[in-house]
Amino acid sequence: MNHDYQYTPKNGFSKWLDKRLPLMRFADENLLSFPTPKNLNYFYTFGFILTMCLVTQIITGIVLAMHYVPNTLLAFDSIEHIMRDVNYGWLIRYTHSNGASMFFLAVFIHMFRGLYYGSYKEPREIIWILGVVIFLLMIITGFMGYVLPWGQMSFWGATVITNLVATIPVIGEPVLTLLLGGYSVDNPTLNRFFSLHYLLPFVIFGVVILHIWALHVTGNNNPTGIEVKDSKDTISFHPYYTVKDLFAYIVFLLMFCYFIFYNPNILGHPDNYIEADPMLTPAHIVPEWYLLPFYAILRAVPDKLMGVLLMFGSIVVLFFLPWLDTMKVKSARYRPLYKIFFLLFVVSCLLLGYLGAKAPEGIYLFLSRVSTIYYFAFFLVIMPVLSRIEKPLPMPIGISNSALDNSVYDSGDGIASGAPSYAMDSVNRH
Amino acid sequence: MNISKIIFKNNFYFFLILFIISGSVSAAEGTTFKNQKPGFSFEGPFGKFDKESLKRGYQVYSEVCSACHGMKQLSFRNLSQPGGPEFSVEKVKAIASGYSIIDGTNEYGEPIERSMVLTDRFPKPYSSKDEAKAANNGAYPPDLSLIVKARVDGYNYLYSLLNGYEEEIPEDLDIGDLSYNPWFPGGAIAMYQPLYDESVEYEDGTIATIDQMSYDVTNFLAWAAEPTMEERKKLGFIVMGFLFIFLILMYLSVNRLFKDVH
Amino acid sequence: MTDTTDNQDPSRRDFLYITTAVFGATGAASLAWPLIDQLNPSASVSALSSIEADISSIPEGGSLKVAWRGKPIFIRRRTKEEIEIAEKEDSLDLPHPEKDLDRVKNKEWLVVVGVCTHLGCIPIADSGDFGGWFCPCHGSHYDISGRIRKGPAPTNLEVPPYEFVNENIIKIG
Repeated sequence: MNHDYQYTPKNGFSKWLDKRLPLMRFADENLLSFPTPKNLNYFYTFGFILTMCLVTQIITGIVLAMHYVPNTLLAFDSIEHIMRDVNYGWLIRYTHSNGASMFFLAVFIHMFRGLYYGSYKEPREIIWILGVVIFLLMIITGFMGYVLPWGQMSFWGATVITNLVATIPVIGEPVLTLLLGGYSVDNPTLNRFFSLHYLLPFVIFGVVILHIWALHVTGNNNPTGIEVKDSKDTISFHPYYTVKDLFAYIVFLLMFCYFIFYNPNILGHPDNYIEADPMLTPAHIVPEWYLLPFYAILRAVPDKLMGVLLMFGSIVVLFFLPWLDTMKVKSARYRPLYKIFFLLFVVSCLLLGYLGAKAPEGIYLFLSRVSTIYYFAFFLVIMPVLSRIEKPLPMPIGISNSALDNSVYDSGDGIASGAPSYAMDSVNRH
Repeated sequence: MNISKIIFKNNFYFFLILFIISGSVSAAEGTTFKNQKPGFSFEGPFGKFDKESLKRGYQVYSEVCSACHGMKQLSFRNLSQPGGPEFSVEKVKAIASGYSIIDGTNEYGEPIERSMVLTDRFPKPYSSKDEAKAANNGAYPPDLSLIVKARVDGYNYLYSLLNGYEEEIPEDLDIGDLSYNPWFPGGAIAMYQPLYDESVEYEDGTIATIDQMSYDVTNFLAWAAEPTMEERKKLGFIVMGFLFIFLILMYLSVNRLFKDVH
Repeated sequence: MTDTTDNQDPSRRDFLYITTAVFGATGAASLAWPLIDQLNPSASVSALSSIEADISSIPEGGSLKVAWRGKPIFIRRRTKEEIEIAEKEDSLDLPHPEKDLDRVKNKEWLVVVGVCTHLGCIPIADSGDFGGWFCPCHGSHYDISGRIRKGPAPTNLEVPPYEFVNENIIKIG
């Protein structure tokens, strides 16, 4: 971390404020002059993109809440009122519903980035754990939000998932009744989901603050996985990364706007345009696409309780990553074996997503089981094993210094083990 | 990293997601035949509704469908607002006044009946879901306000369905006293064929074949499900255009900035 | 911090950044409009911003109360005597001087917003000392032209925008 740069207030007002509440100093040190590795690639722009997603959801959500009614008799109609009568209501609604999808897309890329470059490793364990907490909160928020339109999928998705609580032995049923506020998903459930759906994003916002704070204590990781050594390795966050983040966000926005304006319902399910009917179950109950992998894991397991445990387990296991993968070399760029298993992991996640929408039978069920096993094996078996046996590729000495670091290969007698020398332009590599 | 890689990466994820959800989409289908695609004027990024077709479609709805199917999300005033059939206000007032509604009570506590006005919702064919089921062999005729969005490939499905009643029933299919329509999931549909040639005499003189009426009423229902579609696509063009220009400016800025980082 | 050398033409560089910043600011500002406009009355509320009242069955001396934009409207069919009184009282020393003719389109019909101009209560018809309305909340008296005559109300009962669509229908708003 570079501490030679100091904020100095320039004018009278800034000096006065700095003595009483150092807002400008805080903004300068964390947003403007914050020393950031100079070799960050576009995968590192998703933090900003995610912050924008959160802000977008909160603003559109607050506006929607001015018109939405959280009552089973009125909810569906109030949303149609928003779509048809409220000025720009259709725009705000579609931004919010597609925004949720964009939020999850960005968070998946952000998490895959962390897995690839070892951003969860020492000393960044807390950043990672806070991130998993944010992810969990996002899932709960998104789940509750999807119930609010009170369509067929809203109702039946809520019914299926809340019923899972009942599988917990002894306390399951009373806890379920407590959660629902009744004996089935009904008005009390809808009303409390609305309240909590409004609340949780602000909790997420708080955890995001902690997440960024923890990041600023250790400093960013970077594609080489080698820690920043001195100020030659870094550039100021502003203007380089403010501008780069904004550029990446515009690319992201273009995709987001394609969905809002030209295909606003493709990521959703048509059944949710049918009013909830507790007496009529839809042919196929499916959650939104970003929950499909977890749904696939749930249905891959023959026993109901085990399915629930594994579904939650698939997220809980993420908390333990920093202690499952202990290899000192952080970045997959220099870990050829890990890279292969990681790519297989990405494939298994995508496959689980695909299978979550299929009926759990025949080849689909078989593949779900294989993918679930691989998912857990990747974390619980492959990572620890690779930590012990993997030999990394030759690594540079530092971000700025592309000369090879032969200390990795040094057998102790000072003779390098013959790793070829590569000329590495660390700014432009991916 | 250059711009083509970013766009590729984002597009890659986009198509991946599309691929994933296409799985869920086809799992939810169950139609026997692939939907016919007659081509509607509102399709595509610059699509607009064919107003004359919307007017005819409303005529089909009000003369044929509204006997059993409600459209509770629509009010008469929607028929004259921009982006829809755009009947004149006088014409819509005249249409509305042909229907009556119980509204309030008089000084003796007796219900008052009055004719409908612009601000009233479309009249309900039945007073409750149970009454609707009882009058239709136990099958509830769904509200049509959102039917196009509530079905996969909604407008093509509806068009195929309305056009697709067939006399000859396949041998291995037992449909009881339901009707046979190969586009309906399972083939056995409770709705009797609603449209026959010249079921409706179009006000604008167009010949009302089954195909024409299916097309027009589907057009109308597509509008009814999303009356703001034209506004959406128009704003989309402006927003995407703005973002593209902004993107280029940002791209140049990023390049300029990072030129001196080594 | 890494040395970042500046060997570009400053004015061209600045122009690009300034253009980009202006573009960005315009975009961000235009984002604000839908968020603000959604606070405005929705189409369903605007549609009710004018109503039509059927006055064909009101007898002479009778009245009709209708709701317009959430407020009561008094439609009063005045008798010949009442019209005469209203016009004669034009010349009195009124707290809020207004000629009766300026308050009606058709002398037979008085159309006023039934909300007391003091603090908003609804006055009672055919009561008070001046042959019009009396507000029970703080004792304001209105005459048969809806003008304030006694009491704390500062102005006459408001006349809403209205027109006769035909002799049986008044459109208010």
